[in-house]
Amino acid sequence: MSGYNFAYLDEQTKRMIRRAILKAVAIPGHQIPFGSREMPLPYGWGTGGIQVTASILGPPDVLKVIDQGADDTTNAVSIRRFFARTAGVATTTRTVDATIIQTRHRIPETPLHEGQILVYQVPLPEPMARLEPSRAETTRMHGLQEYGLMHVKLYEDIARYGRVANSYDFPVMVNGRYLMSPSPIPAFDNPKLHMSPALQLFGAGREKRIYAVPPYTAVRSLDFDDHPFRAGRAPGICALCGADDSYLDEVVTDDQGTRMFVCSDTDYCNERAAAAAIQGNAA
Amino acid sequence: MSITHPGFPDPVQDSQACFRAVLDAMARPGQVHTVTALDPPPMLDAATAAVLLTLADADTPIWLDQAAMAARDWITFHCGAPIAAATAATLALALEPVRLDAFPAGTDDAPELSATIILQVAALGRGAAFELSGPGLAAPAILEVDGLPAGFVAEWAANHALFPRGVDVILCAGDRIAALPRTVQIRQAWFGKA
Repeated sequence: MSGYNFAYLDEQTKRMIRRAILKAVAIPGHQIPFGSREMPLPYGWGTGGIQVTASILGPPDVLKVIDQGADDTTNAVSIRRFFARTAGVATTTRTVDATIIQTRHRIPETPLHEGQILVYQVPLPEPMARLEPSRAETTRMHGLQEYGLMHVKLYEDIARYGRVANSYDFPVMVNGRYLMSPSPIPAFDNPKLHMSPALQLFGAGREKRIYAVPPYTAVRSLDFDDHPFRAGRAPGICALCGADDSYLDEVVTDDQGTRMFVCSDTDYCNERAAAAAIQGNAA
Repeated sequence: MSITHPGFPDPVQDSQACFRAVLDAMARPGQVHTVTALDPPPMLDAATAAVLLTLADADTPIWLDQAAMAARDWITFHCGAPIAAATAATLALALEPVRLDAFPAGTDDAPELSATIILQVAALGRGAAFELSGPGLAAPAILEVDGLPAGFVAEWAANHALFPRGVDVILCAGDRIAALPRTVQIRQAWFGKA
């Protein structure tokens, strides 16, 4: 596309973001401040993720963009088209074919492999933001590795409700040092953060923070010895592909209250349905 | 001042390719990557010059050791990075052995305010072998480096112990790079044939 630099951002901005990403990888889970730019879409639509993707993207890359697991929602389609136009890169909806996957609030069901980079869109990078509003205070707490506040929050949840009340954005400890928000992915996805073969980068545009989890890094969901972490999913199977191991969306199908469960990861669901069709034809 | 050597033939694509090599090297310590071919100025290897063109600009005060001063004009012209004292440097370029603790290691609250040392060595992939372990590595990996300063392993252990503070190192030799983020632990595996 003429009139823009490759992948929209200017080179000076890319260098600044690239330096932030390198420090983020060297300090797993630590939030690095960066000079977030105004992007041609509003905050909350993935401005942080887009800036990270724009800074790492090159012509050989194959880009996949998902929004809550789906390739075909407005946000995913616009971001995919944005990079197809400004960088001319190949795009895909298949998880296995992608080299960079930008994601809003899900980790694909298909296991990732080395050589892939997962870029998360992050609304609130500070895991303790709802407990301590002052950024200066939480920065100090990270510096001192003082995470008592979060443990008290989890304890109070258990005392009141009998379980930890977070079903998404469930706080994790990275490499045994930093408390980190995994972005609002369902707690069901948390185990996939641990020892992932893929590099995971997190970009928060409005909050101007970048952080990272390198491949093969320990990521532990916070819990207690007598209340171990449990990843929940809706009790049901996908109505389209029959998966009983994937994260499900509940869809209301009429005004009589009829509902169905379907995989939130559309690529996983389509691949399974296609494989089943081939098997059905062969039989 | 005369600048006889060019920068990247294609600044946008070449710096992107070089950055991905550095990123992958930083994310998977010990892996050796090859960077874009480039006609480097005297004293610098192609990889060293490429990493500078990729990371250095007016926002990165850079410290140069005595030997690297030969490339000072080239760096000023192509990167625009101001020359700084070791204690105020964001980037450091060393062609000869340096002490890691001479550079900023960041603070507990802002460990990212630490220097990245670009260390040019004789060779990567041969020489003394080091066993690396830590984040980024599923199993301990071997990195062979010819030309690391004597006592580097002990200095690195002190640097690693500062975590989350500490410096990060990018090793460059010829057209190859490898990286040592502060999280990595290094053990001397065996000594190379000089």
